[in-house]
Amino acid sequence: MLTFALRRLLVAIPTLLLISLVIFLLVDLAPGSPASEIPLTVPPEVRAKILEALGVNEPIHVRYVLWLKQFFWIEPLNGIDAIFGTSYAEGEQRIISYQSRSPVFGIIGERLPQTLTVIGTAYLVGVLIALPIGIYSAYRQYSLFDQAGTIFAMIGFSVPTFFTGTLFIIIFAVWLGWFPTKYDTTLEVTDWQSFLQQLRQMAMPVMVLGLANAAAISRYMRSSMLENLGQDYVRTARAKGLSERTVVLKHVLRNSLIPVVTVIALGIPSIFGGAIITENLFGVNGIGAMLIQAIRGNDLPMVQTLAFIFAILIVLFNLIADILYGLLDPRIRYD
Amino acid sequence: MMMKSALLGAVAALGLAPAAFAERGADGHVNVLYWQAPSILNPYLSSGTKDVETSSLILEGLAGFDEKGVVFPRLAESVPTVENGGVSADLTQITWKLKAGLLWSDGTPVTSKDAKFTWEYCTHPEGGCAQAARYEGIKSIDTPDDLTIVITFDAPKPNPYQAFVGGTSPILQAAQFANCLGAAASTCTDQNFKPIGTGPFMVKDFKVNDVVELEANPNYRDPAKPAFATMTVKGGGDAQAAARAVMETGEFDYAWNTQINPEMQAQMAAAGKGVLLNGFGTLVERIEMNMTNPDPALPEGERSTPKHPHPFLSDIRVRKALSMAIDRQILVDIGYGSAGRPTCNIVPAPEMFASDNTDCLKQDMEGAKALLEEAGWTDSDGDGVRDKDGAKLKILYQTSTNPVRQDFQAVIKDWWTELGVEVELKNIDASVFFGGDAGSPDTFQKFYSDVEMYANNFDGTDPEPYLGQYLCDKIPGPDNQWQGENINRFCDPAYDALWNELSKTADIAKRAEIAKKLNDMLTKDSYTVVALVDRGRLSAAANTLGGVVLNTWDTELWNAQDWFRVK
Amino acid sequence: MTDTDLGIAPPESQLRAVWAQFRKHKGAMIGLIILVLLVIFSIFGPMVWNPEKLSVAEALKLKNKPPALAYPMGTDQLGRDVMQRMMYAGRVSLAVGFVAMVIAIVLGTTIGIIAGYFKRLDGWLMRLTDLFLALPLIPLLLVMVMLFRDRMAGVLGPEGGAFVLIVFAIGVTSWMHAARIVRGEVLALKEREYVLASRAIGATSRRVILRHILPNVISPVMVAATLGVAEAIITESVLSFLGLGFPPDFPTWGRILFEGLEYITLYPERVIFPGLAISLTVLSVNLIGDGLRDALDPRIRGR
Repeated sequence: MLTFALRRLLVAIPTLLLISLVIFLLVDLAPGSPASEIPLTVPPEVRAKILEALGVNEPIHVRYVLWLKQFFWIEPLNGIDAIFGTSYAEGEQRIISYQSRSPVFGIIGERLPQTLTVIGTAYLVGVLIALPIGIYSAYRQYSLFDQAGTIFAMIGFSVPTFFTGTLFIIIFAVWLGWFPTKYDTTLEVTDWQSFLQQLRQMAMPVMVLGLANAAAISRYMRSSMLENLGQDYVRTARAKGLSERTVVLKHVLRNSLIPVVTVIALGIPSIFGGAIITENLFGVNGIGAMLIQAIRGNDLPMVQTLAFIFAILIVLFNLIADILYGLLDPRIRYD
Repeated sequence: MMMKSALLGAVAALGLAPAAFAERGADGHVNVLYWQAPSILNPYLSSGTKDVETSSLILEGLAGFDEKGVVFPRLAESVPTVENGGVSADLTQITWKLKAGLLWSDGTPVTSKDAKFTWEYCTHPEGGCAQAARYEGIKSIDTPDDLTIVITFDAPKPNPYQAFVGGTSPILQAAQFANCLGAAASTCTDQNFKPIGTGPFMVKDFKVNDVVELEANPNYRDPAKPAFATMTVKGGGDAQAAARAVMETGEFDYAWNTQINPEMQAQMAAAGKGVLLNGFGTLVERIEMNMTNPDPALPEGERSTPKHPHPFLSDIRVRKALSMAIDRQILVDIGYGSAGRPTCNIVPAPEMFASDNTDCLKQDMEGAKALLEEAGWTDSDGDGVRDKDGAKLKILYQTSTNPVRQDFQAVIKDWWTELGVEVELKNIDASVFFGGDAGSPDTFQKFYSDVEMYANNFDGTDPEPYLGQYLCDKIPGPDNQWQGENINRFCDPAYDALWNELSKTADIAKRAEIAKKLNDMLTKDSYTVVALVDRGRLSAAANTLGGVVLNTWDTELWNAQDWFRVK
Repeated sequence: MTDTDLGIAPPESQLRAVWAQFRKHKGAMIGLIILVLLVIFSIFGPMVWNPEKLSVAEALKLKNKPPALAYPMGTDQLGRDVMQRMMYAGRVSLAVGFVAMVIAIVLGTTIGIIAGYFKRLDGWLMRLTDLFLALPLIPLLLVMVMLFRDRMAGVLGPEGGAFVLIVFAIGVTSWMHAARIVRGEVLALKEREYVLASRAIGATSRRVILRHILPNVISPVMVAATLGVAEAIITESVLSFLGLGFPPDFPTWGRILFEGLEYITLYPERVIFPGLAISLTVLSVNLIGDGLRDALDPRIRGR
């Protein structure tokens, strides 16, 4: 297993380099331009000067190699400097966002906390709701609980978050006045009072996203459980006289987890990616909102860096999923 | 709505003002919402409205524009004019005097050197200054003493109030930005995020595209202002959510650009927590007619260039008929309500520059049909679409993605269909449409369609550069990477000659007369530009926020120092 | 697993057996009926329900009417009859939803099975999957639209071109989840006793996959398909909203929902009808999927 993981990590390096090149070409080829952010009142000569100062006009291979150097060399050096107070990276050009003319990693650092808190909590809540619902629905297939769960799941993933989000704002913020509509990113949790306030402002985005996540995961859990409940080994286990609890939660659940693990592993990188619509709607202003703004403004360094970090996480979590398969079902071998 | 806000302002000014203005910072905290969040606080590096307006809380120019578009002094003692001798008689020199004893927020004195530095900063060839147009034509800036700034121009400048006037060209502190000239501009993150200014507020904390936290500037020149000790400018969401946060939930005191549909305006006003403020500037939603042929069958590089005139839009009768078929009042009612009014001009304001051209305001479907008949366009095969010499009258109509624009497209398509014109609609994401990427076929400059719709305006109060966009040599094409402002490919030597005359005329009445003539040449004389709606600004203010005056000629936060809490 | 008898049974009777079992499944029949009704509503609706075309000024007098006999679903902000728009929209949304879902599922299942079954291809195919997962969607779609829209429109007309482009774009950007899930299942399945046994007696890979692997991954694939339809319908509305899809005067359920959102507090019915239509479509697909899975499972079918 260890050699497998090491080999996969080695293979990941050329894969990631290729992915970074494809992303770069793609973002560069896309028809938008940073100039779309400049008002029409600015004359074309000034516009051209602005773009030139951004470095947009350099040939593509020059920009790509510069980005590689910045991402793999200068930014880590900056990280070291920040931690140990050294000055290895002094005077080196960091990855600079077109829109704010400031280092991309600084902005990511600013935004990561709220994304992880809000989106991460929503994901956790979603998984924690989904697993029991999925297990119980499968165990009591076609019961009232299962039917209700099905309806809930259908609504959960057929109604887009822009709809549930707006609905929640109108009900809970405008009519009931329970929760604020805008997330305050400057709030620091220091005491009970501010903790409650943090909970209040997280409530709506977490509900919206948790609902969507729970809906999808519970369906996979349910279908996989159903598949396994009818297997011969379940009959054998019951015949042996094992308690129903042991049969369902130990034997069946363990064997049903493979697709669920896949889905969860696919979802975790998207926690970092943020939830674009939900973040925007509630003013959470995390990574997702940043990404969409960067895409709109064709902020190539920002899009490229975010997409690449995202790629690293995808590769990493898919690897973790592969390792988990082996743990869940020892018959799966990779060597 | 206007009545209510006017009343409120009057009450506030009369009854409560003296108490509220008593002391700096007495009114606590104020929450402002810019749903497009500021990404930088240096307007020289970003010309986005959100960035310029937020920066204007911190940075100021020598003068600004008030809500009527009149220049008033900020850091300057007074506004120089030819009459008071501040502007030389030949219009090549302007002399500003700073108020005495001005301090930056860090306590150091403001001097004329700072202004000179700012000019050098913005005109540095490698800096990519976003406001370079404001400093165009300046030969030199001299600082005979600490308080005097003498600007000399290359040629007579009929409108000298560009450099250092308004929120787009404030004065930077030379000491702070000394190492940020040219290519170094974008490495100065600290400076760009926390500029030291003379405005009523200073930055405490700034999170890119998210939130700005400000506190009152302890060295602001009026010791009693601002009334608020701290301010938060938050971003995120959309216009409707922003309006809701002020008008319905009351979480925010002021929200910028809350452009919502007329029915929502009425509903939100009824919630009673705030008022919607509107004011009109120079923003005009228009349909641009393509004078050249956008036929995809033409080779790339010749499509939509003056090499091939448009097969039917080059006929003024067709253009006029298309304009006559539109009922502009209906468009206003659908899309803008009180924040819009029908117009036939591309220069709708200031008043002295606005032509009295109103003949397009009344829809005339029958007249339009007759005009097309006269031009030879008849429905010879009875399919409801007019044709001539075997070619059908078919129009591709494109615009950017935006709910109001899509409603306009649907309604205008209906009218043109009634007229006997076949219309195909297309909408394009704004970042592509306005992006100007020469590689994309969908930019508004390339204009690969017959007509297109968007809004445009001009900075400040002088329309000269704006009208200059329609000169023959400003036509976008493959030879200039499609970077040109003459979107219609309009070219009339008489227009060019008249505009040249405008650029040399100093007398304000004469300028206004020429500008009106130029406006008419583009609109009612040629129907090259079909103006639709004069779009106002719409912002929301809470009832408890006093002193707000909506200004469409400068930044909306122009008088934040006068804001106070209504108690 | 007792599937030896399956190999002997002739295919028609197997199909009939599946259908017989499917018909007994109450949920599945309800799902099928809902779906058929939605299809009838969309395809034949406009032929029956065809309100007179009004001029702009007349239509505007009738704007934002609540549901009534003359307008069963009310009118929108421009006075257009919502029901008629819903019908036309249904044609597009159903077609886009199903075709895109089928493309994604077929692609995803194929890649997932091949990757899971043939170890030599696993690495390559999964790295390809990683690549597709990592690509930022909006720039990808913008590039695709820029490169192909005019060419497609030239061949198929603006609507036909947009349809092919959208279906293709959604299909090739949403197969990865299905592929990862199927692969995970196949990795476990191929080590099961019956697969090993089948291989031991010399069955070809093709036969093992079709007989033993494919029927056992149906269940997660059905879930992925259900999710896929919903996602395709919503993605289409986002694409059209960005101006990457159909012309703006071309209604789809997603777009009607999006437009109605602005008016949600004033006229909630404007979002309820399109929302309901999308939910019902997804629900019916899910119910049919449930029934299909039960019907395809010989252990249940025997009972």
